[in-house]
Amino acid sequence: MTLDEIVNPPVKKTTGSRRGDLERTMVTIGSSLVAVLVAFVISGLLLAITGKDPFAAFSKMGEVATNTDKLYETVQRAMPFIMSAVAFAITAKLGLFNIGVEGQFLMGMFWAAVIGAYVELPAVLHIPFVIIVGSIAGAMWGAIAGYLKVKRGVNEVISTIMLNAIALQVIDWLFNEFFRFDDGTGSLDVRTKQLPESAWMPDIVDNQLNGFVVVVLLVVIAYYVVVFRSRFGFRLRASGLNPEAARTSGISANKMVLLAMLISGLVAGLVGLQYLMGESHSYGPTRPSGYGFTGIGVALLGRNHPIGIVAAGLLFGFLEAAGGPLQLEDIPSSIVRVIQGITLFSVVIISGAADRWYAKRTTERAARDMQLAGSGEQEVAA
Amino acid sequence: MSDTLIHTDPAPQPESKPTLLDRLPGSNNTILIAAFLFVLLAFVRTVTDADALTSSSTVGVAIRATIPIMLAGLAGLWAERAGVINIGIEGMMILGTWFGGWAAWQWGPWVGLIMAVVGGSIGGLVHAVAVVRFNVDHIISGVAINILAFGAMRFLSELAFVGEQGGGISQSPPQSSAIPRINLPFLAGGGDTTDILGNLEDRGWFLISDIAGVLGGFAHNLSWASVIALTLVPLTGWILWRTVFGLRVRSSGEAPGAAETLGVRIAPLRYAALSISGGLAGLGGGYLAIISSSFYREGQTASRGFIGLATMIFGNWNPIGVLGGASLFGFGEALNLVGPAALPKLFLYLAIVAGLVFVRSAMRRRWVPAAVQGTLGVACLVVFLTVDKIPEPLTKSVPFVLTLVVLASATQRLRMPAHDGKPFRSGEDH
Amino acid sequence: MSDDLAVELIGIEKRFPGVIANHDVNISVTSGTIHAIVGENGAGKSTLMKTLYGMHRPEKGRVIVNGTEQNFKSPSDAIDAGIGMVHQHFMLADNFTVTENIILGAEPTNGVRLDLKAAKRRLTEIATSSGIEVDLDALVADLGVGQRQRVEILKVLYRGAKILILDEPTAVLVPQEVDELFENLKQLVADGATVIFISHKLDEVMAVSDEITVIRAGTTVTTVLPSETDQKQLAEYMVGSELPAGEPRTTEIGDAVRLDVNGVSVGAGGDGGRPAVDDVSFSVHAGEILGVAGVEGNGQFELCQAILGLADATGSVIFDGHDVSSRPARERQDLGLAYIPFDRHTEGLMLDSSLWENLLLTRDNDPELCPHGFVDQAAVRAATVATISRYDVMTPSETVPIYALSGGNQQKLLVGRELDSGPTVLLAAHPTRGVDVGAQSSIWDKLREARDAGLAVLLITADLEELLALSDRIIVMFDGKVNAELSPSDATPELLGTYMTGGAV
Repeated sequence: MTLDEIVNPPVKKTTGSRRGDLERTMVTIGSSLVAVLVAFVISGLLLAITGKDPFAAFSKMGEVATNTDKLYETVQRAMPFIMSAVAFAITAKLGLFNIGVEGQFLMGMFWAAVIGAYVELPAVLHIPFVIIVGSIAGAMWGAIAGYLKVKRGVNEVISTIMLNAIALQVIDWLFNEFFRFDDGTGSLDVRTKQLPESAWMPDIVDNQLNGFVVVVLLVVIAYYVVVFRSRFGFRLRASGLNPEAARTSGISANKMVLLAMLISGLVAGLVGLQYLMGESHSYGPTRPSGYGFTGIGVALLGRNHPIGIVAAGLLFGFLEAAGGPLQLEDIPSSIVRVIQGITLFSVVIISGAADRWYAKRTTERAARDMQLAGSGEQEVAA
Repeated sequence: MSDTLIHTDPAPQPESKPTLLDRLPGSNNTILIAAFLFVLLAFVRTVTDADALTSSSTVGVAIRATIPIMLAGLAGLWAERAGVINIGIEGMMILGTWFGGWAAWQWGPWVGLIMAVVGGSIGGLVHAVAVVRFNVDHIISGVAINILAFGAMRFLSELAFVGEQGGGISQSPPQSSAIPRINLPFLAGGGDTTDILGNLEDRGWFLISDIAGVLGGFAHNLSWASVIALTLVPLTGWILWRTVFGLRVRSSGEAPGAAETLGVRIAPLRYAALSISGGLAGLGGGYLAIISSSFYREGQTASRGFIGLATMIFGNWNPIGVLGGASLFGFGEALNLVGPAALPKLFLYLAIVAGLVFVRSAMRRRWVPAAVQGTLGVACLVVFLTVDKIPEPLTKSVPFVLTLVVLASATQRLRMPAHDGKPFRSGEDH
Repeated sequence: MSDDLAVELIGIEKRFPGVIANHDVNISVTSGTIHAIVGENGAGKSTLMKTLYGMHRPEKGRVIVNGTEQNFKSPSDAIDAGIGMVHQHFMLADNFTVTENIILGAEPTNGVRLDLKAAKRRLTEIATSSGIEVDLDALVADLGVGQRQRVEILKVLYRGAKILILDEPTAVLVPQEVDELFENLKQLVADGATVIFISHKLDEVMAVSDEITVIRAGTTVTTVLPSETDQKQLAEYMVGSELPAGEPRTTEIGDAVRLDVNGVSVGAGGDGGRPAVDDVSFSVHAGEILGVAGVEGNGQFELCQAILGLADATGSVIFDGHDVSSRPARERQDLGLAYIPFDRHTEGLMLDSSLWENLLLTRDNDPELCPHGFVDQAAVRAATVATISRYDVMTPSETVPIYALSGGNQQKLLVGRELDSGPTVLLAAHPTRGVDVGAQSSIWDKLREARDAGLAVLLITADLEELLALSDRIIVMFDGKVNAELSPSDATPELLGTYMTGGAV
């Protein structure tokens, strides 16, 4: 060996390929696609059994998919799903289940509406202000569950479900006692004081696409960068993948749980702001609900990955947008919900099975590759 | 070899020494305490003239409010005793409300109840397949079932109820007939006899009228369905603790690995337990649609599935505990409906109870708990003195807040089945 | 005692992928005796007993029970033949009563009901006749370790076992409980049962057994009567009579004390059991490898946890002059503490992640790999490729999920990950476990290189060859204490074996 080789031993070229990475991605995407397909098939069958025409339904959906107006609607509807899914995914990466996105988003929306309405600021400050208030409200609500888990060992699934219900009641009470606003028009739809126009999020495409889409994109990008590229994100994922190994390498589980719940709540608090700042400009009893749970479905279908979440969110948004036209064709619009539900269930089962199959295959293939490369390995007794 | 015999003390009892209370509640202590608490309630009732606290109408409504929650709690119990977390109880209850409402409208209330059970069981089986066969995470499967059930019911309603009289996408037409109610003869004036209990209750006498009121709640207007539902509590206890099947189901939740080494097959047990769990949840839903009201309505369950889970937790995974917890919530719900003015008076009761516990803590020199209890007692007293009406949303949040409080303070003392929620693959070593 | 043979194992051979666990094993166990099987970790004792209990089938060989040849397909078959096994790790449901635990799977019934009365009657019979008494109504969670073991024994007796296998039964018992257990065993045997027990504690084995079989490297070495031998000779049988000489070193041990452990105890008090680590003190200098000998399970793991800062411990740990006794794990690692863990799957690796992500796990504070809080994937991958190359990790690439690699290659990555981080102190627990012979000596070379460059190493291993190949000094741990210190040149098999099994010279 030359001196040079001793000092810089030649780096062995790895025999393997990027093929492995691509394959893994394909399996993941594939299982989600299969799940969606299964859902459509089952729903089609359900329609047929109940005397409706599945082909009419699917062709109507195809029509919807090619209609520009409907495409904008798809994006509009997808945005809160995507945001909510990101909130859930953050904690999911840690192995926690934040079912409380629903309550956190309500808290965010409510307090943003209430506090934002009593503040006077120029638009360039007011909009961020409202956003910040919403996210802080959501973060604080999420922190309660985080604290309970870290300090008292309370399982976050139960505590967040409880907090959802509590949030509903508390907000209802606060609204009715303190924050109903009589705007003098004698309207029956009583709401909170309306946000001044400086807090309204303008549309990008009039009445079709709200500027909040920028916020959503930023959040998705931030999710990717923080969770998949930063050291904190690495530690977060490590704690979810193998809590014991993470602990052994010095990562503090308690800190992770608290931070994850805070950040998750922060994002959740933003979910309702699109509706608040872009549409209604105030909070009232006819506010949207259910984003928290749909978000969970979107996150699962998108496998907690930013691109997957966006795709899954768009799919769900599309299904929602197709509801109306379907109704006109005498297809119950609730078939959309059925499709969403079955998709969720299928992806959960199929992805589990697919992952296991893929793991087996990879291990076998790696062993074969190594034999071909002539390793001739004999192991010592363990 | 051991040259010196080292005397080791037997292992000091852990803080959470499971007493008989954990397994066979009804020991002398509990009965005495319960009796005392009741007398105290009667006293408060007499003093504040809040008849609703112990009236038969309150108790009657309380029974109807308790049963769905109790059934949900039992559903959770069956699942978790077998080692599977069932978050999907809410969804299974929803299935029960829909199938119950639909079948009751088509064929009558009894068929309605049966179909409700069937509907719920299907949900339970789906959960079982996902969790046992495909090893899906328990929580995720449960959440998925909830979402699926919610969406599917609306779809089914569109198919079955739209266009029918009284029906629509969010409710079913009313049931064709109702399940008969009992009025006990003599005690409650059934069959045109004198209503002894009712008379006693009206007198307003301390303790006697209260007892008459409570008993009256059971004797008047009691639905057969309620009777059946209530028997499920001791039945569950008997099956789980006194039969071979029950022992093995529980082993599935405590130490499935050990059970397998003894030849017990875990998968079939879990399938069975989850079907039962779903069936109970379905029955709870059916009860809501058929007894508590007379038709299916969307949102009827109102998170009772989750409240049921809560009662299971602070009932310590025990059927009597579930009943106790459920009746607590049922009583609160009933009081809110029947006599909301009586609610603030309840705070006097709470203040006294807090005071007594405060004294006990102080006597044991446990200052921090004493301080907490004392503050709570004073707060309750203040509420009693100053507030006339408790806002409904706040009373509605009580079950949830209470659950959090109990979980936060007693997590160490609760004994959940040891292998609850943990993934288990057949053949895995312990 | 009769002359009939309860169990005969003839020519047993058992293989696993890449490993020959048992070969040419021949044991005869006389009925009505207590027969001990001794050997080091990994010698093949547990594997052998699993074969006897029907948990797996041997490649070659015959199993004869009470004169009849057997072909067990599962533990149920073994149970039917009258064999019962009491595992080292108890299989009990804490929240069940003793009775419920014992009858599970073989419940006496009265129709659909559990006939608990009948169960208790039968159990009381068994308990009185065997002398193994436990409160039948107690919850197992309330029982001490000795009592739990009795429940396990009753479990097998209830199912009619006449041949009992006990796997390291005294590992978790305090001396008084050990005495009680041995009394019970003698009583059982007097009633006609046969007991086979596995142990590495030679003093106990000598005290209670009628016959002793020694297993080393997967095969039977000898069978002796206690009267014909003594602990020292047994230790030599266990360990082999020849040990490799270590390589002479060319550098000197440094003066600086890199790791100073003083009076460290873990798990003392509380549950009344023995402390896992009992007042341990030692120090490791720069450029020194301190070898910790000892059979697994004598406190080595807990000691590492204490040094790493992951366990509640008393005493002081001083790291390169800094007192880190109350500092969190992350800080200690930032100061240059590295760790090759006992169990790579639980403690060291994220199986679903790629090799480079696993490398990053303990290196994420390195500014070259994570500048400004962001992961520089290219840098991490390059570092991983370099490590893969240096340590000869057989893998298609650095992006493959690490579950696809064999155990040995996973271990090589682990070792490389820690050594390449440039630590000041390395805790190395069986660093070459599962690694093939060629790579093993290459890893040893790297360890020696690092040591020569100033690294202080605490080497924990039950592999005596490894111990002697690498250590500059040796201490022995038994029962949570350090009970000996010696230099490699003085270390003979008898000496080491004796200390490792709790004896004294």
